[in-house]
Amino acid sequence: MRLVALLAVLALAACSPRPLEPRYIAEGLPETLSDWGMIGVRDGRLVLAEGAQPYELNTPLFTDYAGKLRTVWMPKGQAAVWSPDQAFDFPVGTVVTKTFFYPKAAGGGVAPGDGLHLADMKDGLDLSGIRLVETRILVRRTSGWAALPYVWDEAQKTAKLKRTGQSIPMTLERPGRKDSFVYQVPNVNQCAGCHATDHATKALHPIGLKARHLNRGGQLERLAAVGYLRGLPAADQRPRAAVWTDPAADIDARARAWLDINCAHCHSAAGPADTSGLYLDAATTTGPRIGLCKPPIAAGQGTGGFRFGVHPGKPDESILVYRTASTDPGAMMPELGRALVQDEAVAMLRQWIAKMPGTCG
Amino acid sequence: MGQGIGRRIGGLAMASAVVLAGCGPNGAAGGGGSAEKPNAAYQEELIQKLIDAKPGDVISIPAGVYAIDKGLSLEVDGVTIRGAGMDKTILSFKGQTAGAEGLLVNASNFTIEDLALEDAKGDALKVNEGENIVIRRVRAEWTGGPKTSNGAYGLYPVQVKNLLIEDSVAIGASDAGIYVGQSQNVVVRRNRAEFNVAGIEIENTQQADVYDNLATNNTGGILVFNMPNLKVPGFGARVFRNKVVGNNTGNFGRKGTAVASVPAGTGVIINSNDKVEIFDNEIGANQTANVIVSSFFSAGYKATEGVAETFDPYPEAISVHGNRFAPGGNKPDGVDLQALRVAMFGLNGRLPDVLWDGYVDAKKLKGGKPDPALAICVDNGAAQVLNADGPNKYKAPKVVSLACKLDPLPAANVAAAGPIPSESRIPAPGGQ
Repeated sequence: MRLVALLAVLALAACSPRPLEPRYIAEGLPETLSDWGMIGVRDGRLVLAEGAQPYELNTPLFTDYAGKLRTVWMPKGQAAVWSPDQAFDFPVGTVVTKTFFYPKAAGGGVAPGDGLHLADMKDGLDLSGIRLVETRILVRRTSGWAALPYVWDEAQKTAKLKRTGQSIPMTLERPGRKDSFVYQVPNVNQCAGCHATDHATKALHPIGLKARHLNRGGQLERLAAVGYLRGLPAADQRPRAAVWTDPAADIDARARAWLDINCAHCHSAAGPADTSGLYLDAATTTGPRIGLCKPPIAAGQGTGGFRFGVHPGKPDESILVYRTASTDPGAMMPELGRALVQDEAVAMLRQWIAKMPGTCG
Repeated sequence: MGQGIGRRIGGLAMASAVVLAGCGPNGAAGGGGSAEKPNAAYQEELIQKLIDAKPGDVISIPAGVYAIDKGLSLEVDGVTIRGAGMDKTILSFKGQTAGAEGLLVNASNFTIEDLALEDAKGDALKVNEGENIVIRRVRAEWTGGPKTSNGAYGLYPVQVKNLLIEDSVAIGASDAGIYVGQSQNVVVRRNRAEFNVAGIEIENTQQADVYDNLATNNTGGILVFNMPNLKVPGFGARVFRNKVVGNNTGNFGRKGTAVASVPAGTGVIINSNDKVEIFDNEIGANQTANVIVSSFFSAGYKATEGVAETFDPYPEAISVHGNRFAPGGNKPDGVDLQALRVAMFGLNGRLPDVLWDGYVDAKKLKGGKPDPALAICVDNGAAQVLNADGPNKYKAPKVVSLACKLDPLPAANVAAAGPIPSESRIPAPGGQ
């Protein structure tokens, strides 16, 4: 009997990987992504552990058109606490994953993956047409949040910890064009470049896991229903960021949502880019603080030769447009996380500024 | 005089290349890996060390030229990064493809010394928020001479407290070579700033001592500025015992930056800042003016909108005394100043050593007269002051006397710097 059981175990081990068992690892630097048990490859599909709850954002941060599969998991009985404006207060043991991938393209390169919706995936992501790039873990330990980047191997079987980051040459194929670029897996210190949203404490925080970004398609209710969110208020008291690609939405709301998620982790009163006097968070709504007729402080190359952050009616003379449309490391914004321009977003920001009334005199 | 400078302006590119090659620190380095093939393999090791650093660690970088292609960053307090000398340990960012800085530091109790950062795409060294920062014998250089495409800032601590920058070199920054922003308690001494748009710039900073530096061949030598829309205004800078000579390099700053409006040929500029004391410097051969005192209104980047109402655009409590001025003002930058020079001082005349745009805050007059405590005082021997009559659209510029005295400013107090000369202990003239 015992022998039979042992044989069965061995058989399982031999012909299919052990089942996913999500776990919180309280210390250290786990070498492989599978140590966490949150996601894994099974029969050519990327699958999630039970309890690794996928989620999506109304307006996500741009990363070179990569598709992103985001999950959040908490130990049994634990829940995050609602906040109307900050990242939810997550319990120790929370593990957030974000997997970056691209659909394979006909010419041997990759195609944009950022339009794919994966939050409701049940049978996993079919990897036959997918190139997995990296999975980032953000784990809430007793000492605070820690960030760990894992890079997938070429066989797309395992992902290994790569704390020093990695440069991965790629070609993005879009109708009528091909763009070579170097995808940058951030190193551990660079993770802080975005996630240390309070620059005085330098503590890391999640960026997307806020009410306004998560408030879509019953997602907040789902998080509450699985027990991951406490204190969800009535529907009319839940802030909601616009979907930046939604043509029916107000252009101001679309632009502000895009700036909030892409820029405000640095550009806020507490963030590392407060040195510029430019705050692009959702709470800052008008005046020179959001760039209106604001002279740059230490933009250097980033001025593009222009005098104002946002020049109403003149997108082509606005530093904000210049920097989001640049790929020069000395001028581009955001500074990290992209080597390509998000053309559609730049067009949207141009439209936003073109419609603004007033002038800088 | 003037001949050498004239020639330099005439053939700036060539001259600067010669100068850079000839007088790079100790005649070494300079070209950035010209002979020696940069070591590209070290980058990974260095990044690993920066990530794994613990408080108290010293990251030693041996002599060599190292090719770095992405921005480096340090996030741990209490770390020292130490090379084998600023001409021996060279991090070359010539091939940089990612990252807005060569090295970005977000940490306190940080020391960097004895190495060079060359040809960064953006800023060479940025230290963003932290206390007790020492930058010593660090060279930040763009090796191709002054170019608009060079990175913006050489040594760039911002929002730090207790800062010492000493014995360092900054060359070729398209904004400022040494730029201290929004900081408190600062000592900048014995550095050399050359071929930058701004040699040394102190901005929105409180309590800064800038002394024994050499600023030459920049567009403007030493700048003390206040910019709007920031959390705190700057005040309390002492600029003394510096040599600020021959800052006549044509302005190659990116349009839209504050320094792009600095006239070539400027020694020291105070703009919109308060409580600034300029004394015991050797300032000369700056072809626009040896000293400019100006308000935000004449800075060239003034906007009618977009400036927080709390911003004070007037320079107040400014004291210029006991400097040794060698002639300047003979070839001011821009047709307006050139015409003014000829009209007021003749074909071969010079603008006075001190230019003032003439703006005063009418709201702060006491009984119709300027408050003596907020005065601009120029008490510098025979040096003359030209009031450019900015508030009256520059219609009636005239030479004026601003003879008055203000109390000496206190010295900064930075532990790593040791005792700092106070005014009463200034040695006899001799400069550095």
